[in-house]
Amino acid sequence: MNDDLIIAGKPIRSRLITGSGKYRDDRIIKEVLEAAECDIITIALRRIDLDRPDDSILNHIPEGKILLPNTSGARNADEAVRIARLARAAGCGDWIKIEVINDQKYLLPDNQETLKATEELVKDGFVVLPYMSPELATARRLVDAGAAAVMPFGAPIGTNKGLRTLDLIEILVEEISIPVIVDAGIGRPSHAAQAMELGVDAILLNTAIASSKDPVAMAQAFKMAIRAGRYAYLAGPGAQSHNARPSSPMTGFLRDE
Amino acid sequence: MEFYRKLQEFKSFNLQSYLDSIAPHHIEAILAKDNVTELDFPALLSDAALEYLEPMAQRAATITRKQFGNVIFLFTPLYISNYCENTCRYCSFACTHNIERRHLSPREIREEAQKIGDTGMRHILLLTGESSKKATLEYITDAVALCRDYFSSIGIEIYPLTEEGYGRCVAEGVDSLTIYQEVYDETIYHELHRGGPKDNYRFRLEAPDRACRQNVHSLTIGALLGLHDFRKEAFALALHLRHIQNTWPATEVSVSLPRIRPLVQDFALPDPVSDKRFVQLLTAFRIAFPSVGITISTRESKEFRNNILPLGVTRMSAGVSTAVGGHSQAPSTTQFEIADSRSLEEMKRDLLRAGFQPVTYDWNSRLLINS
Ligand code: SF4
Repeated sequence: MNDDLIIAGKPIRSRLITGSGKYRDDRIIKEVLEAAECDIITIALRRIDLDRPDDSILNHIPEGKILLPNTSGARNADEAVRIARLARAAGCGDWIKIEVINDQKYLLPDNQETLKATEELVKDGFVVLPYMSPELATARRLVDAGAAAVMPFGAPIGTNKGLRTLDLIEILVEEISIPVIVDAGIGRPSHAAQAMELGVDAILLNTAIASSKDPVAMAQAFKMAIRAGRYAYLAGPGAQSHNARPSSPMTGFLRDE
Repeated sequence: MEFYRKLQEFKSFNLQSYLDSIAPHHIEAILAKDNVTELDFPALLSDAALEYLEPMAQRAATITRKQFGNVIFLFTPLYISNYCENTCRYCSFACTHNIERRHLSPREIREEAQKIGDTGMRHILLLTGESSKKATLEYITDAVALCRDYFSSIGIEIYPLTEEGYGRCVAEGVDSLTIYQEVYDETIYHELHRGGPKDNYRFRLEAPDRACRQNVHSLTIGALLGLHDFRKEAFALALHLRHIQNTWPATEVSVSLPRIRPLVQDFALPDPVSDKRFVQLLTAFRIAFPSVGITISTRESKEFRNNILPLGVTRMSAGVSTAVGGHSQAPSTTQFEIADSRSLEEMKRDLLRAGFQPVTYDWNSRLLINS
């Protein structure tokens, strides 16, 4: 069965997206990516030396992957737009993950500015994946603005607390027609599996792999957990409805009229 | 509210008796919770907390790994002028000392910048003494403009400016400001900085706010450890941090914890901080301020720096000379004693060995200004 994730019309096999920051040594990134079998890699543009792009983290990313630069460091929509354009000019392609954070204490995204940046960058021909606080009204506006996916957080960045925003994410899964990718907060493979079982389309994570004692093994564990969660989601609803034959129906008292 | 007034409000707070009231169960409770409050922070500096140094260190290490990963950001300081009109008792550059004064010309700044740039370093911190006549704002902004050819991120550690002054620096390409209050206790501050422009306690204290109002991207504040009871100083510094976080939530803030090693003959450090107390302070900051960067200076020895790396440190200086022109010329008088004189290459190698990734590029001022 083909179960590709489609983002902006592009089929993507892996539902695990990883980052490239926080590693003890960038040379390990290649191995981690192989173990995780990801197709999309996020990278902070602030980590790519604009004057010496050859001498950067890009060297450690294998060919054929989709680069998803992020606008880390942007505090408002204008800065995010500027960083996105610089990313494109630096040869990072047209995909952009918008990250507008103007609260360094909690590192929570600013939905309003994110929406503004999304509108502008979509017009500019970017494939826009906005990182957001899980909130339905904004998610709908992002869809209208032409976002390619929405990326709500499960818990604040770096906390590894899992799906603290579970109820809100369930609503997004239910209501939003474009892919919902949980970004941030996932600390363990079990968290990732849980999110996938709910019907989330993909998971983006970085810290949980990068800060693990054995990032390569952890990448593998996440890959498998995400697959397991996905299979469970696909298997779940159908199987349950087939077997729904309650022994004492609650509506047996109704007569045909 | 302005920070000066906020700090005044805490004048009546008896920190010592609060610290004395802290018992082991308080510390256990703090270590068990997620969000540490304003008064939990000083509790972690109490004598009672000393018994919990190991769990504090464990907690601090876990938080750091989660927030920052295994990364240490590096920068190199560049002293461009040691002319100074101040009398800071602990500093060799004070105008009361008869030392060789140096003031780098634009050509010399270029040479130094080139030398540092050649090591692969992309973050520079420009330092001057306080002489607005010699190291004028113009001189400083010209230096910044020169440095843009060699570095992606430019910080300044200079005398406090007016808001307009900070605005000009930011427009020229400065993305980060480092300014230490030196000592938060106002009485001791005046004792140590008599005469000279630095005598203006409040102008210095509120300099970070002025820079943030002008949109500086990142900020480092700190107090010189050893000049006064470190608990009182750390408490004030923590209040300052919270004030900045609340007032300027978008600014990336770091705190620097320099234990100073004065080279001045007739100045004995009033309140030296022991290694153990330093670790207590470092871990307390990490636990209370999980997302705040922590800078450690080269005044710490190489061995000690290596040991405290996992406990909360996120930034270090590397390839340091505190003499003006010290990177390309025969060095003149140095400001402080340096205990860790590793070159950038050595530092990178040692960090990698210790399981950390040295980062010499993490920001480009071009991401923000229209150049
Ligand atoms: S600490 Fe700074 S202001 Fe004070 S004497 Fe030294 S150089 Fe001058």
